[in-house]
Amino acid sequence: MAALSEIIGSVLIAVGAFFYVVGAIGIYRMPDVFTRMHAAGISDTAGAGLLIAGMMFLAGFSLVAVKLAIILGVILFTSPIATHALAQAALHEGLEPVGVGNKVLIGPGAHPGPEKIGKAAKNETRKPAIRSARKPAKSPAAKRKTASAKRRTRS
Amino acid sequence: MKLDVIFRVAAKIFIPFMLVFALYVQFHGDFGPGGGFQAGVVAAAMVIFYAIIFGLDAAQKIFPPRIIELMVPAGVAIFAGVGVASLFLGNDYLDYSPLMHDPVHGQHIGILLVEIGVLVTVAGTMVAIFYSFIGRGR
Repeated sequence: MAALSEIIGSVLIAVGAFFYVVGAIGIYRMPDVFTRMHAAGISDTAGAGLLIAGMMFLAGFSLVAVKLAIILGVILFTSPIATHALAQAALHEGLEPVGVGNKVLIGPGAHPGPEKIGKAAKNETRKPAIRSARKPAKSPAAKRKTASAKRRTRS
Repeated sequence: MKLDVIFRVAAKIFIPFMLVFALYVQFHGDFGPGGGFQAGVVAAAMVIFYAIIFGLDAAQKIFPPRIIELMVPAGVAIFAGVGVASLFLGNDYLDYSPLMHDPVHGQHIGILLVEIGVLVTVAGTMVAIFYSFIGRGR
């Protein structure tokens, strides 16, 4: 039976490590802060959860398993708060999430990534067939200005 | 000052556990990993966390800078006082054996007292450095 629990624990740890790799690739490849936080969430939930579940299988019924459960609870409690703080700070700085305006996400003329926004700002906005009624097209700088003005009035 | 509800609630839930964990690390130090230095850092992290969430003024109301700066020499005094106490009881400096009737028990009590001194000094130093950094230009 000990061998069975070891096998289950090893498989869980391997799958958790796979999710960590997926999260790391996502952090590297995603275009902006918010989507990168989404990728980091995979490693926080699936990765950490599976790793700690596997470690609990390896530890068996002992004090170590209880401590691992507490660690898992702490991770699941703190990582959403940290993500919230990060997103709030990014929004406070005036960062605009990718895909909010008329930006193209996939295909030719796609959003070039955070490094090239300044240079290729003209190419990334497509002429949309149906302009959204809610938002008239503005330059990003003007949008940022209005956003900061809104914030100032609110606070 | 704008207070975010999520951070405030999270801090209220989390700060007691941080203090308990600091004490766990403190008193677990003679059986496993841990000790006065780590416990002091965890306790100082609790104060810093509180100051980040609620602001420096609220933190300095609860942990006044006078007391924090008093903690730095107080811990050293505890550490040295244990050593001098064992010196007066007839042994070498910091030889804890004569502190209790049983030498083994005396060793146990002695290392706990010394670790408490380390905790006080490290926590006080960390918080004092944090206060002096974050209070610049005020």
